[in-house]
Amino acid sequence: METLALLAGGFATALSAQNLLFAFAGCFLGTAVGVLPGIGPALTVALLLPITFKVPAASAFILFAGVYYGAMYGGSTTSILLNTPGESATIITALEGFQMAKQGRAGPALATAAIGSFVAGTIATVALTFFAPIVVELALKLGPAEYFSLMVIAFVAVSAVLGSSAVRGLTMLFLGLVFGIVGVDLQTGQPRFTFGLIELLDGIEVTIVAVGLFAVAETLHLASRHRYGEDQLLPLSGSLWLTREDFSRSWKAWLRGALIGFPFGAIPAGGAELPTFFSYYIERKLAGRPEEFGRGAIEGVAGPEAANNASAAGVLMPMLTLGLPTSVTAAIMLSAFQSYGIQPGPLLFQTQGDLVWSMIASLYIGNAMLLVLNLPLIGLWVRVLRIPRPQLYGGILVFATIGAYGVANSVIDLAVMYAVGLMGMLMKRYDFPVAPVVLGMILGPLAEQSFRQAMTISQGDVTTFVTRPISATFLALAAALVLAPPVLRAYAVSRARA
Amino acid sequence: MTIRRRTFFVATVAALASTQALAPRPTRAQQRFESIFMFIPAGPGGGWDSTGRAIEQAARAAGLVGSFQFENVGGAGGMVGLPRFVNQRRGQANALIVGGSVMVGAGITNKSPITIRDVVPIARLTEEAGVVVVPPNSPHRDWASLAAALRANPGSVSVGGGSAGGTDHIALGLILKALGRNPREASYVAFAGGGPAQAAILGGQVGAGISGYSEFAEQIKAGRMRALATTGAERIPGTDIPTLKELGLNVTAANWRGVFAAPGITPAQRQALIDLVTAVHATPQWKEILAQRAWTDAFLAGDAFAAFLSEDIAKTETVLKDLGLA
Repeated sequence: METLALLAGGFATALSAQNLLFAFAGCFLGTAVGVLPGIGPALTVALLLPITFKVPAASAFILFAGVYYGAMYGGSTTSILLNTPGESATIITALEGFQMAKQGRAGPALATAAIGSFVAGTIATVALTFFAPIVVELALKLGPAEYFSLMVIAFVAVSAVLGSSAVRGLTMLFLGLVFGIVGVDLQTGQPRFTFGLIELLDGIEVTIVAVGLFAVAETLHLASRHRYGEDQLLPLSGSLWLTREDFSRSWKAWLRGALIGFPFGAIPAGGAELPTFFSYYIERKLAGRPEEFGRGAIEGVAGPEAANNASAAGVLMPMLTLGLPTSVTAAIMLSAFQSYGIQPGPLLFQTQGDLVWSMIASLYIGNAMLLVLNLPLIGLWVRVLRIPRPQLYGGILVFATIGAYGVANSVIDLAVMYAVGLMGMLMKRYDFPVAPVVLGMILGPLAEQSFRQAMTISQGDVTTFVTRPISATFLALAAALVLAPPVLRAYAVSRARA
Repeated sequence: MTIRRRTFFVATVAALASTQALAPRPTRAQQRFESIFMFIPAGPGGGWDSTGRAIEQAARAAGLVGSFQFENVGGAGGMVGLPRFVNQRRGQANALIVGGSVMVGAGITNKSPITIRDVVPIARLTEEAGVVVVPPNSPHRDWASLAAALRANPGSVSVGGGSAGGTDHIALGLILKALGRNPREASYVAFAGGGPAQAAILGGQVGAGISGYSEFAEQIKAGRMRALATTGAERIPGTDIPTLKELGLNVTAANWRGVFAAPGITPAQRQALIDLVTAVHATPQWKEILAQRAWTDAFLAGDAFAAFLSEDIAKTETVLKDLGLA
């Protein structure tokens, strides 16, 4: 009850005309940066930091929260329409979403993404309102050993995106692992695979590779195939909205996505990419028609889109309850707190209750606003597909270039992006899947660093992974995922014989 | 279409911002520089960036500088931005770069050809002492107990902090050396950024933690971490945590931040920048910012700062060699 009263107080602040305007500006800006490849919410919030000198704290945080949520909504749009994810958290969306668009079902894909984002965002915000302290305490029980075991599950789940040929898929996964290793090693401070380039010491940004592999490669691929008239996108056929069947296939995926995404936001090694990818794996395993995956299954858009929005709310939990940033955007928001003289920490709810509650209230408002903003835009977005493709993709290339340069003002980043783009074009040409590269790049460093951290803590005792109960559970689950299908199949065969 | 849309957003946000901007216009009476070019060798939002923006805030409010232009080039502890500043701004009298301890260490570990020695020291502005903490359920109630455990077997206590070779790791190396052990024996667990390191300490995943005081301050106040010792020369104001020196260990380490000028400027131009930063430091606005951000004033200008810098570089080099990182 007390929580509801506090939340009501938060709504009173967030619903003032000025704060509504800030929420709207944030959502709008967030959607725009989400759509543009390369430019993410972290950079945008960082560039908006000087605003903290001018406006009251509540308004600034309402604006930032809007940008953060908005980017998650916007990122899916280009993934679905053009196979060029605007954010790394929407890469998985492109797998099925773009296939749907190719069949003229861009409208339903965008609708399930927008509604799923709203449903999951709202569920996650409710969970944030009532359960944040509990979830965060649970997340703290996970140490490096548990993260490593979680990564083992993730590597098993990679099988869902390997494509038709395991050898090609695994080759791409390993390529991703190599990209992930580049840079100064966290545990020893030594550079690896940097070829003496200072610019590579911090490693290669996942966004740069993702934009290269998707946006640049897609453009080059189209340019090289243009005169053959291949790969025509159907502008639109059928309804813009979800049919009864679409809806009945989507809603469970939304709920599952929300359930997966929320806790991932709370753990420091989470990020918004991992849950999208787990959600995709689960939807594929549970699908009534698994053969549709890879050819435009709507669950494959609904689940991951719900997961990334839920994790965005999840990230705010450790930030608000303990002052822990678990994503780059959250870290920058924390520094904004400091410029108001507020030290974010475990006492934030007590000392700055009004501010925190108005920010949480603004999340509810922002979510509703984004749905209202995004649903009518679907009609507009699908019209993007009517733009002649040379001009359209030319424009994408321009934005990708600006975005990639904008991340760190680095020419090396641009060179990497175009090199990866060229490689991506060849991969498309010879039918190598691109998703495993990005996943390898995200999972590899997480798995490696958690393994080494766990080994340092256990003083070199490998059994730490099986003697810690949560870690052992994760490993058992991974083993079950690998072993269960062949065992069950063998059992079925022997039954059939008997 | 998208371009127009974006400019519209930016205009909206800017308009929202300007309605709030009713600060009095600064007087131009004591303006010392028409404009200052401020180079931040890190991304927006971090410690160096906020130091640079704080200088702007104080200098403009006091009317000391007409306008500021910022450039952020982040990466590798400042080692990506520094060469660019040195090459592009040589001899430019109104250019400043923000830097600090992290840049000293990064230059050494990365064996960079251009280091902090290649820019002209103007002033040290702030510093932050480190703090050694343990999780609340730790058996170590005080520093003597933790020190005894570390002296007996450094490997038995895992210590979490920032990246290897960074200020946290260096502080631990100095402590182990003072305890008579080899710094390489440490069970140092490097985490990417403050969030994961704090989570590991709060959750009791590591035996102890070491980082800048502000990083852990709120957790300490809330009783979720137990602070055993700080690494500064004096106690942190408003706390009763003893320094390592008080506890009988001759170790001081602090993460300092300051500003530097471009190489190739004349002594007179250097003096003008020193005077400017001294004047900024004297403004009431600067005091206000220090209090608001909980930064410790560590003002040291000109030759005194240059002397401190050479000493700091030598000290850091020794520790990093001991740690096997240089």
